[in-house]
Amino acid sequence: MWRSMRTDYLIIGNSAGGIGAVEAIRQIDREGLITIISDEPYPVYSRPLISEHLAGEMDLVGMLYRSDDFYTVNKVQTIFGKEVVCLDIAAGEVELADTEKISYQKLLLSTGGNPIFPPMDGSDKRGVFTFTTLDNAKEIAEMVKEGSRKAVVIGGGLIGISVTDALKKLGVNVIIVELMGRILSAVLDEEASRMAREVVEAADVEFRTGHTVKTIVGDDGIVSGVILDDGEEIECDLVIVAIGVVPRIDLVKDTDIKVNRGILVDRHMATSNPDVYACGDVAESYDFIYEDDRVVPIWPNAHIGGRIAGYNMAGKEAEYHGGTAMNSLKYFGLSIVSAGMVNPMRDIECEVLSQRDDGRYQKFVLQNGKLVGMVLVRDIEKAGIYFGLMRDGVDVSDFKDSLLSEEFGIISLPENILRKRLDLPDLSKLSAVTVREEIEVVVDEG
Amino acid sequence: MKMITRKVYPKPEVCMACRLCEVYCVVAHSKSQDILKAFKREKSRPMPRLHVEEKGPMSFALGCRHCDEPLCVYSCLTGAITRDPVTGIVAVDTDKCVGCWTCVIACPYGAISPDMNRKKASKCDLCFHLETPACVANCPNEALVCVAINEN
Repeated sequence: MWRSMRTDYLIIGNSAGGIGAVEAIRQIDREGLITIISDEPYPVYSRPLISEHLAGEMDLVGMLYRSDDFYTVNKVQTIFGKEVVCLDIAAGEVELADTEKISYQKLLLSTGGNPIFPPMDGSDKRGVFTFTTLDNAKEIAEMVKEGSRKAVVIGGGLIGISVTDALKKLGVNVIIVELMGRILSAVLDEEASRMAREVVEAADVEFRTGHTVKTIVGDDGIVSGVILDDGEEIECDLVIVAIGVVPRIDLVKDTDIKVNRGILVDRHMATSNPDVYACGDVAESYDFIYEDDRVVPIWPNAHIGGRIAGYNMAGKEAEYHGGTAMNSLKYFGLSIVSAGMVNPMRDIECEVLSQRDDGRYQKFVLQNGKLVGMVLVRDIEKAGIYFGLMRDGVDVSDFKDSLLSEEFGIISLPENILRKRLDLPDLSKLSAVTVREEIEVVVDEG
Repeated sequence: MKMITRKVYPKPEVCMACRLCEVYCVVAHSKSQDILKAFKREKSRPMPRLHVEEKGPMSFALGCRHCDEPLCVYSCLTGAITRDPVTGIVAVDTDKCVGCWTCVIACPYGAISPDMNRKKASKCDLCFHLETPACVANCPNEALVCVAINEN
């Protein structure tokens, strides 16, 4: 027996993007029905904090991304712990696993990513995990509590390093197996990657770079080790598959919504169907560095994309400026920031400015006079000023030599941008302004 | 929507880069609220929440602009940074901040500093605990202006 309900706004996915959409919709439409569905049973939590949770440093309450009255204050109907099994675009409705149908006016797909899990013999054994959800963190924590002390982490990217950081804090030995020749290769250049590896190794983490796990071994369905592609056997009781995520596009597979790697969206975050929007890790959206649509699975892009989708869903036109890869790493006590094109592609002519001294490292990649990539190690205070230049597509040719200078700042920028950054008011328009005594100035916006 | 807030603007043409604004910002956010104790006794002294920049004859002090479209708020991984819809103040909840520094990258003004000792993002709170923001009140050259804004 089918039960059915209707909603104005249906959001599938209860994370950064979905919440951004709710907040934007409610700025425009106070009354429209909003329904949010998630297969996870929790109120929205900060996904990047699952490593803190695994390390025992933070409980769910500490991880909450919004206050616990968020859904009531914003009048959002929540359907948590249930999976959407079918999307019928023509009918404008979705089906839940428990024979419930929900029809919508506007739909947002913020379903996120699925962890990549390459085929490996023995991967169904107890002790094998991915690491993208709070439940993953809970399950791994339980295994450690039960006595797991040796882990093999497959993948030396952001997820792999974050789970390793947490496991080390719990006193678990970790060996990272990374197919590429170096760790964090997607977000760091060679130099920063080497510096990161040094601090991770200093924390007694071993690496097997250039290798992959072929087989997970163990009796009675329980992990006892792995065998690498070169035949090396490593004893372990935990295997964490942390290779990355791919857009979770299953729902749109049998629809005519256009998909490349992710669901294609325009600058309004609308898909090829005008009533269906997408954002976050599932979407392929505008990247202002590559000037092309790309999947950029980072939290801020999901949230900002969700906001833009929300405005447009509620009828207020808003345009996505675009996003680009942008990451801050702080694992094992080393601060690293990277953004944009850190490893210039071979067929693109780029200029690279860099310097390294005393554990500090700065690198800037310039293309056609614009800053298109950066890596900062240790001194990261000015990261925002550089990233702002990237976001705004500022021509830095005239002051590029100052980028590496210790004195670099807002003051180094050309006059027109400097004025914008200083946000100077037209003081003549404000009738009375004094310094020591505040005088109320009435700004008439009407 | 009614909005009552204040904003601090730099006046580059009269700034001497004496950095007293930075000093008094530290004092205003110290435990003791006392300049000598804050700088000489307090073990974990707060960071100045605005910064003086200087190049040739030009200088100014710059802190958080409390943007209407705050990229730091949108980028915050934990929900620690929020913008008050009534006052427009962009604030960091230090209990929720984990020092991931994503906001530091997001802010085009460089107005959020990574406080590496406390592992918390540090930014201007407009000194609502004081009648006038400490940086403004203690600038000897009136190079920082506090404007009270009452929008109806």
